[in-house]
Amino acid sequence: MLPEYYYLTLSAILFSMGAMGVLIRRNAIIIFMSVELMLNAANLAFVSFARMHATINGQIFVFFVMAVAAAEVAVGLALIVAIFETKQSIDIDQMNSMKG
Amino acid sequence: MIMDWALLTEWTIKSLVLIFGLIGGFAYLTLFERKVLARFQVRIGPNRAGPHGILQPIADAIKLIFKEELIPAKADKIIFIVAPIITVIPALIILAVVPFGPDIRLFGRTITLYISDLNVAVLYIMSVTSISVYGIVLAGWSSNNKYATLGGIRSTAQMISYELALGLGFVGPILLSGSLSLVGIVDAQKNVWFFLYQPVGAFIFWVANLAEVNRAPFDMPEAEQELTAGYHTEYSGMKFALFFMAEYIKMIAVSAIAVTLFFGGYRGPLVDQFPVLGPLYFLIKVVAFLYLMVWVRATLPRIRYDRLMAFGWKLLFPISLGNVLLTAVGIGLVGITGNNLWLWFIPVSTILFFLLVSHFAQGAVAGGNK
Amino acid sequence: MSIDIILFLGLAVVAILSAAGMLFSRNAIYSALFLIINFSAIAVYYLILGAPFIALTQITVYAGAIMVLFIFVIMLLGAEQTGRTPASWWMRPLGMGLGALLILESLYLIFTHLHSFPQPIEIIDGFGNPGQVGEILFDKYVLPFEIISLLLLVAMIGAIVLTKKKMKR
Repeated sequence: MLPEYYYLTLSAILFSMGAMGVLIRRNAIIIFMSVELMLNAANLAFVSFARMHATINGQIFVFFVMAVAAAEVAVGLALIVAIFETKQSIDIDQMNSMKG
Repeated sequence: MIMDWALLTEWTIKSLVLIFGLIGGFAYLTLFERKVLARFQVRIGPNRAGPHGILQPIADAIKLIFKEELIPAKADKIIFIVAPIITVIPALIILAVVPFGPDIRLFGRTITLYISDLNVAVLYIMSVTSISVYGIVLAGWSSNNKYATLGGIRSTAQMISYELALGLGFVGPILLSGSLSLVGIVDAQKNVWFFLYQPVGAFIFWVANLAEVNRAPFDMPEAEQELTAGYHTEYSGMKFALFFMAEYIKMIAVSAIAVTLFFGGYRGPLVDQFPVLGPLYFLIKVVAFLYLMVWVRATLPRIRYDRLMAFGWKLLFPISLGNVLLTAVGIGLVGITGNNLWLWFIPVSTILFFLLVSHFAQGAVAGGNK
Repeated sequence: MSIDIILFLGLAVVAILSAAGMLFSRNAIYSALFLIINFSAIAVYYLILGAPFIALTQITVYAGAIMVLFIFVIMLLGAEQTGRTPASWWMRPLGMGLGALLILESLYLIFTHLHSFPQPIEIIDGFGNPGQVGEILFDKYVLPFEIISLLLLVAMIGAIVLTKKKMKR
């Protein structure tokens, strides 16, 4: 195995790119996808730590993160579809009122 | 990671044999299907190109290669061209983990007749099946044609709905053999083939496979009379040939997987003494399954799309869940009592469960027709 | 250069470039496809790190189910084309500057704490097998497992409730 800081560096870079995506983009779906990228970067860190310590607990956590991400995507996309029905747009700059 | 050159050449040769075998098999499967369909419909199939139509696939290939390739004006060019490729590749790689026969000795080496023995082979098959939906939905969307997009989305929704029943159908043989590797599953069928222990599981698996490959009676999203041929409306020439190839290769692949999981793979009489009989038995079983698929296509009418989805979610999925539960109970009973005969509890209870559910669920599938 | 480093760097280039493609692509479908490539690269990393079950689950769940859901929603909403410029001119540079700052901070933290990481332990042959994952999942982590199944049920119900049309009386 390569020294673990290789994988942690990659995980940090991907996480920061995901965070950058959440800040820069205005399309709600792309923001959602950046959040998924951040979750994946965290998963990569978990798996590399599991390998480093030779215990399987890290992989179990990744399993749970994946299940939670799936649930979050289902509900989040349903929310986006529901918002689109009323506002006819998924540009987050236009979602600036709680009414409707 | 030092590569053993003999191993590398062995893998390369096996992969090339598999790919070319699949492509040749696809070509003659089209002829086989047309001839068998013709016989079902009391007519003779293609018999002009060569004796008994043997050269018909070659004639089809030449025609498709020379056809003009159209790309619609506002279609998304990159995705339009890449979509057939994305559809074909999962079909070709899914058979990498299936054992075609027992180990044979050639040139002083023991050659295993599978490309790789993954210890998570069943999960690999599930993931390749999950990926294979992309080509279809991207093809439909990139055609810039409402009918194609609708056909693509319907087809994809059908495939992901039946993936559930498919995944649960895998669980039966996994529980019975205790291993996720297909080589292990075939080895565990030494005495009794799994379809005897799991008749309902085999049936569910096979029906879900028919829906996964978009094959009759589940081919509403792509039939010519419906939705103007669905997701491959705008495709012509070699790209259409790639879609066609993907569908037929998937047919061969799912038949091979069903044979491996439920019908003993390459097992048969005298396979241990003459290992070369293994691939022959495998071929015979796969051809029998393909004949069954063509027979079903010739016999059953197409199922309407909403009834198709209702069937997958309301009938097939609960039955497969019940199948998993009863299989686990059966294996638990074997573990408690230590008597292997308790395994026969599984087919009895699952068939009763299946009859019970299908009796009570008839109203659910009939849907809005009442 | 050993083959480990070449493999790692190749996959790292694929992962980072596809993440960048996802971030800066004008067409939402292209972003989704780049993200699928990224997930596949990470799945190969899981295989290298001795987690075969998690790798194939990643492809099945993330690349095979979650991204299909994304692509459906993008197609149904017709949301391929996004706006050209952000509302304020300083948003984009600020976002990228903050992201770069985050990268530099994380790298600084990693490389100053290098000495405190223990040596990697050799793993046994069946590490990351579904059998081993299953043993721990149903033994030590059975409560989170049951809670996750409840969570998925609630998510299903939530998704259906949110998109159901109001019944006309």
